[in-house]
Amino acid sequence: MALDIKTNALDQRRQTFAHIARRLGEDRPASRYEEATFDLQPGGAHHYRPTWDPAHELYDASRTGIVLADWYVLKDPRQFYYGTYTIARARMMEAAEKALSFVEKRNGFAAIAPEWQDTIRFYLLPLRHVEWGANMNACSITDLGFGAAITQATMFTATDRLGIAQIIGRIGLIAGGGQALDEGKRVWMDAPEWQPMRRLVEDSLVISDWFEMFVAQFLALDGLLYPLVYDLFDLAGQAHGASSLSMMTEFMVDWRDEVTRWIDAVLRATARESDANRDHLGRWFAHWEQRAAEALAPLATRVLGEAGIDALAGLRGELAKRAAGLGIPVGQ
Amino acid sequence: MTQNVSITLQNTDEGRGIIAAIMADNPDAVANRYPAMTKIDCPGRLVMNRETISTELGRDYDLQELNLTLVCLSGNVDEDDDRLLIAWNA
Amino acid sequence: MTTTTTQSPRAKKLGIKERYSYLTRGLDWEPSYQPREKIFPYTDYEGIRIHDWDKFEDPFRLTMDAYWKFQAEKERRLYAVIDSFAQNNGQMNVTDARYINALKIFLTAVSPLEYAAHRSYAHVGRHFDGVGPRIACQMQAIDELRHAQTQIHTISHFNKFFDGLHDPWHMFSRVWYLSVPKSFFEDAMSAGPFEFLTAISFSFEYVLTSLLFVPFMSGAAYNGDMATVTFGFSAQSDESRHMTLGLEIIKFMLEQDEGNVPIVQKWIDKWFWRGYRLLSIVAMMMDYMLPKKIMSWKEAWEIYFEQGGGALFTDLARYGIRLPKYHEIASAEKDHYSHQAWSTFYQYTHAAAFHTWLPDAGEEAWMREKYPESYDRLYAPRYAHWGAEADEGKRFYNNGLPQLCQVCQVPAFFTEANDPTRISLRTCEHEGEHYHFCSDGCRDIFLDEPEKYVQAWLPVHQIYQGNCGGATVPEVLDWYHLNGGADNLDYKGSPDEALWQSWQASKAGTGT
Repeated sequence: MALDIKTNALDQRRQTFAHIARRLGEDRPASRYEEATFDLQPGGAHHYRPTWDPAHELYDASRTGIVLADWYVLKDPRQFYYGTYTIARARMMEAAEKALSFVEKRNGFAAIAPEWQDTIRFYLLPLRHVEWGANMNACSITDLGFGAAITQATMFTATDRLGIAQIIGRIGLIAGGGQALDEGKRVWMDAPEWQPMRRLVEDSLVISDWFEMFVAQFLALDGLLYPLVYDLFDLAGQAHGASSLSMMTEFMVDWRDEVTRWIDAVLRATARESDANRDHLGRWFAHWEQRAAEALAPLATRVLGEAGIDALAGLRGELAKRAAGLGIPVGQ
Repeated sequence: MTQNVSITLQNTDEGRGIIAAIMADNPDAVANRYPAMTKIDCPGRLVMNRETISTELGRDYDLQELNLTLVCLSGNVDEDDDRLLIAWNA
Repeated sequence: MTTTTTQSPRAKKLGIKERYSYLTRGLDWEPSYQPREKIFPYTDYEGIRIHDWDKFEDPFRLTMDAYWKFQAEKERRLYAVIDSFAQNNGQMNVTDARYINALKIFLTAVSPLEYAAHRSYAHVGRHFDGVGPRIACQMQAIDELRHAQTQIHTISHFNKFFDGLHDPWHMFSRVWYLSVPKSFFEDAMSAGPFEFLTAISFSFEYVLTSLLFVPFMSGAAYNGDMATVTFGFSAQSDESRHMTLGLEIIKFMLEQDEGNVPIVQKWIDKWFWRGYRLLSIVAMMMDYMLPKKIMSWKEAWEIYFEQGGGALFTDLARYGIRLPKYHEIASAEKDHYSHQAWSTFYQYTHAAAFHTWLPDAGEEAWMREKYPESYDRLYAPRYAHWGAEADEGKRFYNNGLPQLCQVCQVPAFFTEANDPTRISLRTCEHEGEHYHFCSDGCRDIFLDEPEKYVQAWLPVHQIYQGNCGGATVPEVLDWYHLNGGADNLDYKGSPDEALWQSWQASKAGTGT
């Protein structure tokens, strides 16, 4: 009733919470993302030191060398809170589900040239273990990171990576059943081409500075791995009739495009703040990008032949350009 | 004495169908109705059959959809594609 | 071995168990470039021995595809209700504005715990050796974030109209009674991963949380707050998964090694008592803050702990686990718990971000019926006295600062289990300092780990030490960001009450 609505508008005492109004500079209606994010991580005195890390407080900004005056500058341009996140992923998954069942029903994988089927099993199925490592790293940052802005986005990334590992698992089931997944794991454990990558993933799991872990995983490793596998390997597969695989990995391509916006926003805001931050980012990027390139080289060669090394060099150039564009010192 | 297991469901239309299916499949079950939810107690064990729920709802029901209706449960859970069992082991 | 390329075109669809196993258990590997202990450094130091992580059974075998699908559907339904609640001015249709005070406690005391749970389940979700518990904990980590955020989004609308909800995170870290939930959860978070799961997944979620959510959400429904009912029930469907994780992890520890039994029993004893003390606030919400009442604290305790918990512990007896220590004290206190908590907040509501009031005649009749042993004898006379004082314009506020328990941080207002007229107080000396407790339960917890509890940030001590904005009540309230005269004091005469009455008047005026 019109009268009621009018009465109500007058009765409204405030538009949003005080901590949001302080950040917005005024009391005006805030977005759901803002209300779900700002200042959610408790401040003030904490009662007990963690028995598993007595050198720090439960929430402690000094767990990384990066320093930010306000950790809520690390906003997510996608404005994901739980609701928008799950709804976005459910939509993507619905499309992936259709692709998987389409390929399965029409036996689309069998239409791929047999030797390329082997290639796919070799390069794709072990990647679910890389994704599992990424899941653990994202989870680790959610545990140790500072401020709800970065840690909620890494939480979403953790479940994303589990989801991607499981999509790869389902592709494996289509491409050869449980046996193919077992074989993929054997390759991951023993094939010489995969060992530098497995070493890199295991090393990344024990990085002690969580922001360094962020750079190593999301910028350096993913920054080379995703375009190599989901763009270049996929493109090479077209000549072998692998269009059914492209359908099944579309999720990863869309995901990479989306998540890159967030990763870049985080790094840009961090680099912008100080020379010291730029220093850290530059050093971490140089180290882990080199490691990632070395780990990917044998796979690039195995899948793309001699062209692999050049292709990887091209991707490294593009990644360096991307990093430099974010304000990270590259190549000194 | 046999201990009760229990399951509490929302009073939605789906919840209504699931509750009817549980009551049909578990003769010893007792339904307690509260505002917005129903708590079903049953001595020892309680089974939910996909088949019965599907018949009640008039469509193919996936037991994982229970996620949308469940409020609370008490007992050990064992789930496969066709039935969900809640039981005390003792 | 090379895999063959010939697959049957219609492979048999995998069952849920088989599929889950391929898609999750198969992800992990035995590391060889980094030592396992460096990757999983925290699963040894508590003394729990696990021989085979694969024996852990996750009964809800959710893969991410199903998780996204069902959770997105829940979110769509929930936000549709939240939007329509706001558009239809649902806040005007609750039974009475006194009800909103329960939401004030909920947002400032419970929602921050959901957030803390999110972060701590991420901690254990990274650090458990086994894939099964790791994934279950990760799903709980993201669920808990959901709960914090859906609560904020639901209550955000109430904040636009009512006082006491405007600065919840600031208050959580500073206001005296909110150190009760804060210290409770930080105690669990700062423990090792196995104790954490025993504390939160088992003792809190499985044994005690039904006492919080089920009657409270049903109560919200009864009091016309459909938005809160919706987030509550929507969250409960996740809780059922969480509770099951709690039961599975306990059974897993107990089955893995006999040496784990006494450790787990000690944690169950501790966390039962910690959780029970935290719920004193819930007891008072149920009995006093719901204008239309659904069930008494005493009834809820009987249904959910004495019966439900009884069945659980009967089932666990075969592992050598018994009911938690001091459960009989908790049952003996059920006639008094909510009344003593409410009486305390009634006296200190000038320093609280919600209102209190004396029960009206109808409510007193309900109390008498639900608490025949205690209400008329002990609490009705106290309220009659305070009522008479208030009528004379001398509403009683207690200007002293209470003695807080070193462990649960609740003011020492509980009475002896066998004598409800005598305050229960315990003390001990540790390294030359005196420490005070509300009960044997809390004292035991201190004595087992004094080096932890001496660290407690006790609000009353902190005020006396000058760390809370100043030495006077107004200075402390400022430091809390508490708007004096609006957020605090009796409901009678509050801006909330005036607003509510104006709505009632306008309804009456336009309704005909």
